[in-house]
Amino acid sequence: MADELKKGQEPFYTDDQFLQVKNMVVTYTNGKKKFEAIHNISFDVHKGETFALVGESGSGKTTIGRAIIRILPLASGEVWFKGRKISGKIGKELDKFVIRNMQMVFQDPAASLNERATIDYIVSEGLYNFHLYKDEQDRHDKVVKALTDVGLLEEHITRYPHEFSGGQRQRIGVARAMIMEPELLIADEPISALDVSIRAQVLNLLKGLQRDHGLTIIFIAHDLSVVRYVSDRIAVIHYGQIVELADTNELFKNPLHPYTKSLLSAVPMPDPAIEKHKKLIVYNEAVHDYSVDKPSFRQIKPGHMIWANDKEFAEYMKQEID
Amino acid sequence: MEKNVILSARDIEVKFKVRSRVLTAIRDVSLDLYENEVLAIVGESGSGKSVFTKTFTGMLEENGSVSNGEIWFEGEDLLKIKNDAGWERIRGKKIATIFQDPMTSLNPVRTIGYQISEVIMKHQGKSKEEAKKIAIDLMERVGIVDAAKRFDEYPFMYSGGMRQRIVIAIALACRPKILICDEPTTALDVTIQAQIIELIKELSKEYGFTTVYITHDLGVVANVADKVAVMYAGQIVEYGTVEEIFYEPKHPYTWALLSSLPQLGIKGEDLYAITGTPPSLYDKVKGDAFAPRNPYAMKIDFEQEPPFFQITATHRAKTWLLDPRAPKAEPPKAIRNLHERLSSMVGEGGTYRG
Repeated sequence: MADELKKGQEPFYTDDQFLQVKNMVVTYTNGKKKFEAIHNISFDVHKGETFALVGESGSGKTTIGRAIIRILPLASGEVWFKGRKISGKIGKELDKFVIRNMQMVFQDPAASLNERATIDYIVSEGLYNFHLYKDEQDRHDKVVKALTDVGLLEEHITRYPHEFSGGQRQRIGVARAMIMEPELLIADEPISALDVSIRAQVLNLLKGLQRDHGLTIIFIAHDLSVVRYVSDRIAVIHYGQIVELADTNELFKNPLHPYTKSLLSAVPMPDPAIEKHKKLIVYNEAVHDYSVDKPSFRQIKPGHMIWANDKEFAEYMKQEID
Repeated sequence: MEKNVILSARDIEVKFKVRSRVLTAIRDVSLDLYENEVLAIVGESGSGKSVFTKTFTGMLEENGSVSNGEIWFEGEDLLKIKNDAGWERIRGKKIATIFQDPMTSLNPVRTIGYQISEVIMKHQGKSKEEAKKIAIDLMERVGIVDAAKRFDEYPFMYSGGMRQRIVIAIALACRPKILICDEPTTALDVTIQAQIIELIKELSKEYGFTTVYITHDLGVVANVADKVAVMYAGQIVEYGTVEEIFYEPKHPYTWALLSSLPQLGIKGEDLYAITGTPPSLYDKVKGDAFAPRNPYAMKIDFEQEPPFFQITATHRAKTWLLDPRAPKAEPPKAIRNLHERLSSMVGEGGTYRG
């Protein structure tokens, strides 16, 4: 389905460079005070994968997602999407291209849907904005297809958001995003407001859409048990910094950064015998002495990146060999 | 070891008037709470887990009332208490509750120290100076570093986890017999959650209170609970020791809850998902409330409410599957050999290794 940008002008990029975040810095200003929320981070998202941004509240994981999709401006750095630079000032055509190809699903399905609009309108809004339909019948067909794709029914289109349960509302949020046929979906804590049984439904739905549409997903979450199940690669965020990035399996088997270790140890396991003997690893930032020996983001083995200074890096290397 | 029953709820029914309709939120629930034990009540939103425990302290919303039942505590039926003055003897003093969001339980314009000492002065009749000393001691006990210095700070100067520690300190100021923790860590980060859970466990030993833990998170349950009550659609559907509930669950709803956990998910395979939605509690529920969502449902499940079947002295479940006439049903594959599977997923000290 590519896009409307003229053929032959498709810039070159590899699947591994589907989305590239280069030296991203995001700052919030409050009056005269400036607060740097994201400190110079870089990562690539590969085509067709689920890439997870994991961190606790205030880590900046949502800020990164919002900066990628242009809700927030970058203070410096660049974002490249399918071989095009999409951060900073961009032309109208490219802006359209971004909106069509990149969509977001938000955490709270109650707050992110217009309460006064019917499901028909909510799901169609993107189609209206970009005239992405031939005629009324075509639009209707697209809405019905988007709704059935997420497990809702045609009869639902005349209803209002309050008539749905939390899980159904989150499906509406997904349908609204998917009707644009995006290639990249940014899912910001899409299941944390939902009940346990409903979570499984929404997770299965996202995985199914990925299978059927070759969708690339950036999954923003705080819960490592969910992330292990859904994602191919994981970036662990702590105070606006990626402290560790690796394949899901690698990160779980060989976590190196003490913060990653503490996050993993805090995941409650549904097994009393394990939980009752659990030893909690508490992360203390004071273990890092960055006064002279400054840290940087470096590769410890192919695909496994870590935020460390020279001394720590040498220690992590030793752990790797042991 | 035989333990004493500290609180006994019998045949509790709770109704809410919503506009002109009546919703039955709790349907004939009986439960014994044993001294010094941790009982976890698990269920999804709307299952009635919070409403049920609010009846212990007379804290139901205005439009709700207990329409039937008895709650026995220290030789009296709490449901005979008719006014707030009567409840003041119990609420906070004997049975304290800590809620999900610590910011809403604290007064934003009063200092932390004031809010703790206020409770001590009121309930223990101490002077201001004595109360301050006890308050600082409590703050230290709940893990506030530099307590004396932070005594005069305001809630907004504390992080979410620290605020929840203060809420716990306030609850403990009256030395309650029972501490009800209503989703105490849901609003907190995972690493902070783990620390708060640890803290509550330690304090329960030190102060000797009985804990009721309300949560939807089965991982938390596995960590804290001695006994577990699983609630669905206003009823307890399964009750047992934590080992019985996790290793030998009998109710198909418990099976479904456990199976849908992402910790048990196999990559590339769909997670087990419960279809449909819980029944409307405005209408009378016919048969087993879980039947329409239950892949194991039999004809009788749609017609007649199942009784409790006793499995062991401590374990009972409300499902027709346990009737001797029922066909044998195996729990879903995902949760058989739960311990073996999960053991292979953790490393040293119980750390998750996928």
